[in-house]
Amino acid sequence: MSIALTQTLSKISWLEPMIKAAQGENRSQNLSIIAKAIGIPLAGILVFLMIWHAAASSINTSLGKFPGPADVLIQSKTLISEHITEREKAAAFYQRQDERNARRLAQDPDYIVKIRDYTGKPTYVDQIGTSLITVLSGFLIASLIAIPLGIVIGLSANLYSAFNPVIQIFKPVSPLAWLPLVTMVVSAVYVSDDPVVAKSFVTSMITVMLCCLWPTVINTAVGVASISQDLKNVSQVLRLSWLTHVRKIVLPAAIPMMFTGLRLSLSIAWMVLIAAEMLAQNPGLGKFVWDEFQNGSSNSLGRIMVAVITIGLIGFALDRIMLLLQRSVSWDKSATLR
Amino acid sequence: MNPLLELTQVGIEFSTAKGSFRALQSVDLKINKGEYISLIGHSGCGKSTVLNIVAGLLQATEGGVVLNGKEVNEPGPERAVVFQNHSLLPWLSAYENVELAVKQVFRGKKSKAEMKAWIEHNLELVHMTHAMHKRPDEISGGMKQRVGIARALAMEPQVLLMDEPFGALDALTRAHLQDSLMDIQKELNNTVIMITHDVDEAVLLSDRIVMMTNGPAATIGEILHIDLERPRNRLQLADDPRYNHYRHQVLSFLYEKQRKTDDSLPATQPHGQVSGSQIIKENHETRAINTPAGHSHAHTPDQDKANQLKTA
Ligand SMILES: Nc1ncnc2c1ncn2[C@@H]1O[C@H](COP(=O)(O)OP(=O)(O)O)[C@@H](O)[C@H]1O
Ligand SMILES: [Mg+2]
Repeated sequence: MSIALTQTLSKISWLEPMIKAAQGENRSQNLSIIAKAIGIPLAGILVFLMIWHAAASSINTSLGKFPGPADVLIQSKTLISEHITEREKAAAFYQRQDERNARRLAQDPDYIVKIRDYTGKPTYVDQIGTSLITVLSGFLIASLIAIPLGIVIGLSANLYSAFNPVIQIFKPVSPLAWLPLVTMVVSAVYVSDDPVVAKSFVTSMITVMLCCLWPTVINTAVGVASISQDLKNVSQVLRLSWLTHVRKIVLPAAIPMMFTGLRLSLSIAWMVLIAAEMLAQNPGLGKFVWDEFQNGSSNSLGRIMVAVITIGLIGFALDRIMLLLQRSVSWDKSATLR
Repeated sequence: MNPLLELTQVGIEFSTAKGSFRALQSVDLKINKGEYISLIGHSGCGKSTVLNIVAGLLQATEGGVVLNGKEVNEPGPERAVVFQNHSLLPWLSAYENVELAVKQVFRGKKSKAEMKAWIEHNLELVHMTHAMHKRPDEISGGMKQRVGIARALAMEPQVLLMDEPFGALDALTRAHLQDSLMDIQKELNNTVIMITHDVDEAVLLSDRIVMMTNGPAATIGEILHIDLERPRNRLQLADDPRYNHYRHQVLSFLYEKQRKTDDSLPATQPHGQVSGSQIIKENHETRAINTPAGHSHAHTPDQDKANQLKTA
């Protein structure tokens, strides 16, 4: 058990020397590797914080000084404590409601219990959740369209030539251009008295989808089109059916390229989402930034800066998750994954 | 006896960017069941093209191929191919690579257990049981080629087509694989067409050597019958005057009658074929172990086995 754990941990590059040092293997050498692996990036961050601090104190805006690292720290603490307070309020609300219902039931056994949802405003953490759900839905739908499309056009040179101009034209279109169109179409098509999800959510999601479709389509198609003639010959000699050919040869062969596309798509999706949420008023991080901007209090810039850093960290985390996923599905372990 | 496979007046013209290119002209060949044929000729003369036409991967412009009384128009497992660079699916283990073929060919004819036994049997024929669950990137070039042969044999083909199956291997590994192939051939007596650029390999393995003229418009120049009794042993044959006579005949065809005056090669090298300079180099290498001069490389059967595990 402990051996297996050690082995798993040592796959993380900077942990390996640490474990070895802890096990007493070549201590001084391993310690210097650790110092390098952790120390250098840490130094980079420190230098950045210093420059940021210095620059921030010399930029004056109508809302006060530009937020430095210290302001951001204070604001993130406030945002978290606001979230905790809000949750406590919600819990208290539900408790009161339960007690009230219990009392009514005791007085009148026929009373039909009504449960109302707590309607507080979404906290920062809720907004992060909304953003994640929106981006992942958009990305998922885009992938479900892009992968089959990429495979089909990758398999046929003619289809590829036919689709290529369309793809190349739509690929560079900004989400801001799509948004008005999507908003109008969603308003016209998505009419329901009791909508399952909000219109703003659908609009943001579709905009994200439209913008992040293309890298996956292109990379999948290229991956499929570059399958070696030898493997195609094998498939022909075996007389594999079209479906078996796709499942057994095309898909696995294209997986490395497909994931390159998926990772690009996800990072685009995350970038597009913030803009889409701002304009569509989807209650996520984008709306948070917009509201703070409109709000214009002395804390606003600090809070927006917290959002900026959160957006960066989440984007980074999403990419790492895709990388892990790629490593676990791809047969080509030797390919450099970055 | 009717021939199993018959090529009649086969010719092919490729349309290229610079106009049409006639690669083959009037290729006539009859092959009997159980015969082992080698195709030899300079690089770029059209050997692979002949093989691909028989495989059905290319369509002849004129003439045609008849197998067992039926015209060949498309690829199929009854004409299994062993490709030069193994062509194993890199994401499947050796076992799974053979399994893909077996499942395709014997679907509905063999039960699951029978298929498993058949896959293992074929991997055993090529001495790959010890590494059958390894993936291509975990085994050596010789082992990959063994798996490629197992995959082809497992299809129970009527004709086994091999395009320079050992071309990319070092001389020692190649010798081991040739011996394995002769053992398998003794047992199965397959009909084989093998492309080679190695004169010793051709003489050692074949019943007939088909020598092709240089392209363009290449055709069959001479056919040499090899009347050496089987089983053949490379060490004994090295001193056999008949063996040396056959070798000499092939060499004189290649380097006197069909001498390449211009050593430069065609600009296009389809399917990553070996270059012409490699032909000569490879021949020197094989000669080193096949001729008397190479006796220092002689090894006992036990060493053979050890080497096989190491090098193959
Ligand atoms: N698909 C193709 N299109 C055009 N020319 C080809 C094609 N395949 C082969 N050739 C040409 O045909 C000739 C014979 O090629 P090939 O059969 O591969 O030679 P070999 O296997 O004997 O080395 C070469 O000159 C090659 O350039
Ligand atoms: Mg060739």
